[in-house]
Amino acid sequence: MTTPAVYLAQDPTLADFGHDPWWISLIKVVAAFVFAVLATLLGVWFERRVVGFMQVRPGPNQVGPFGLLQTLADGLKMAFKEDILPKGADKVVYFFAPTISVICAVTALAVIPFGPMVSMFGHQTPLQVTDVSVAVLVILAASSMGIYGIVLGGWASGSTYPLLGGLRSSAQMISYEVAMGLSIVAVFMTAGTMSTSGIVAAQAGSDRSASLGGFEFFAPGWYAILLLPSFIIYFISAVGETNRAPFDLPEAESELVAGFMTEYSSLKFALFMLAEYVNMVTVSAVATTLFLGGWRAPWPISIWDGANSGWFGLIWFFAKVILLVFVFVWLRGTLPRLRYDQFMRLGWRVLLPINLVWILALAGIRVLQKENSDAVRWGIIGGALLVILLITLAWPDRRKQPPRPLQEQVNARPQGSFPLPPMDLVVPPSPRARRGVAQRQPANVGGGAPDVVDTTSTEEKED
Amino acid sequence: MTGADVLLLALGAVAVGAGVLVVTTDQLVRAGLYLVVCLGAVAGLYLVLTAELVAWVQVLIYVGAVVVLLLFAVMLTRAPIGRSPDLNRPGLPAALIGGGAGLGLAALFADAFRWSAVDLPAPGTAESLGTELFRSWVLPFEVLSVLLLAALVGAIIVSRPDIGSRP
Repeated sequence: MTTPAVYLAQDPTLADFGHDPWWISLIKVVAAFVFAVLATLLGVWFERRVVGFMQVRPGPNQVGPFGLLQTLADGLKMAFKEDILPKGADKVVYFFAPTISVICAVTALAVIPFGPMVSMFGHQTPLQVTDVSVAVLVILAASSMGIYGIVLGGWASGSTYPLLGGLRSSAQMISYEVAMGLSIVAVFMTAGTMSTSGIVAAQAGSDRSASLGGFEFFAPGWYAILLLPSFIIYFISAVGETNRAPFDLPEAESELVAGFMTEYSSLKFALFMLAEYVNMVTVSAVATTLFLGGWRAPWPISIWDGANSGWFGLIWFFAKVILLVFVFVWLRGTLPRLRYDQFMRLGWRVLLPINLVWILALAGIRVLQKENSDAVRWGIIGGALLVILLITLAWPDRRKQPPRPLQEQVNARPQGSFPLPPMDLVVPPSPRARRGVAQRQPANVGGGAPDVVDTTSTEEKED
Repeated sequence: MTGADVLLLALGAVAVGAGVLVVTTDQLVRAGLYLVVCLGAVAGLYLVLTAELVAWVQVLIYVGAVVVLLLFAVMLTRAPIGRSPDLNRPGLPAALIGGGAGLGLAALFADAFRWSAVDLPAPGTAESLGTELFRSWVLPFEVLSVLLLAALVGAIIVSRPDIGSRP
């Protein structure tokens, strides 16, 4: 790094891949895998510390400095525990399910660009395991294959709660995969490529700076800003896709014990945990690559040309990923879990239509940009406004009908609906609560018998 | 024979073998898993033929969504662990028709092409596929989308008998 020429940001293109000697490829693959495992070790610690901070308690702080080795200790403990195989399990599938989860989670890291071209032992090579022209599809395919680990793990345990967890997770991941895929479509349309390194380069290429009254204004070309709705929808569906709170329905503790991993123990359980955290890091890395400019430095730093060259890229990349992982943890520490039907409604009735309309609008904008004559342009904009106006005027009245009486609603239910409990049940007042009230009466007030608040005691009701 | 030929043959053998296992196994969920292997091998075939977009879309849609939906339906109704002997019916007519159609088509293709070699077309990248689809084949594409929409609406109506009866 002595000559200024090296400072030029070297964007890897598709042509740069596939020329590495085998040992450099091996180093890159091992490095990506080590990154995944280390990210899990640190991620669990990070999550517990941050959630602890949010809940005003210390979190793990005993093992190693700041409790950093806590996860390692937990993992070792896990390895020494008994590996229980349930009697009713399908043994082969039960064994392979956690492995499938981990493999699919790690595979997606192969096409994530960690940095620009660097010099590794004298070879110029991009900091990315590999890239193909449809790299984003590879990521999506890997995450959709990851469902199998959870579904099969839930099924093969031969137990009810895991089966319910597996069912929930398959429905959930298919639904949110659709929203996720559609949110990435907007990125394809804007970048004009599906290769991850190409998308990073395209975001750098759409940086804009304008000067107004002597001040330089700079607008980064991050798709998180240009395509804000896509970014938000991507992040929401990523939370759903990774089964994280508030969308952790497949492993909802209060409903399903631990969902699909109820019957798992020892290292197989550890593998599921590994897959969950690697998935979280992977979707954060994908979000960084597709929406936050990838390994390129954020704006104030990017003024210095050297920031975007060589190994510096790793710093910005990891900083952005850690930021996104923090948001994941933040969500978990803040939001309560959704009910299953609310969750499905959010996916199909909110995210999906918004996404489709947004893609349509974006396509319209792209066509407008190519159109040269002003008259046609304004004609299209006017037409679009007219259509929106018409739809708003003709929208069906959303005022709520007054609810029908209860008995009528019950009668209107279709044949074969679930049985209903009796509608006139009343919870009897707890005798213990009454006693507490009576004992807390001050001794010198009134002097007579304590006031009885509730005249219908349980004994009377039973009579 | 080049390496690509060997890969092609091997993947084809995997696909056919997994397909046979799908129909012969008497473990319900395992049949679904063999279907995954079969569809994955077909995706591999596409990849060897340099149609990478189609290959990954095959993995994404068929392996990642369609078979998961199948498994979902199986688990909602019944998902027995172990063998279910009632699945093992000798479907001789079906076997004859299926095997006959497969072998007949194979014979037809083998006879039509004999030893004439066909060059690989240009790699099936997203750009070339999109150009073809929206220039030459736009009408069939749109008709197909209308068909899918009709199927969607039909499925909703069939599954919701209470729709028409609302006051």
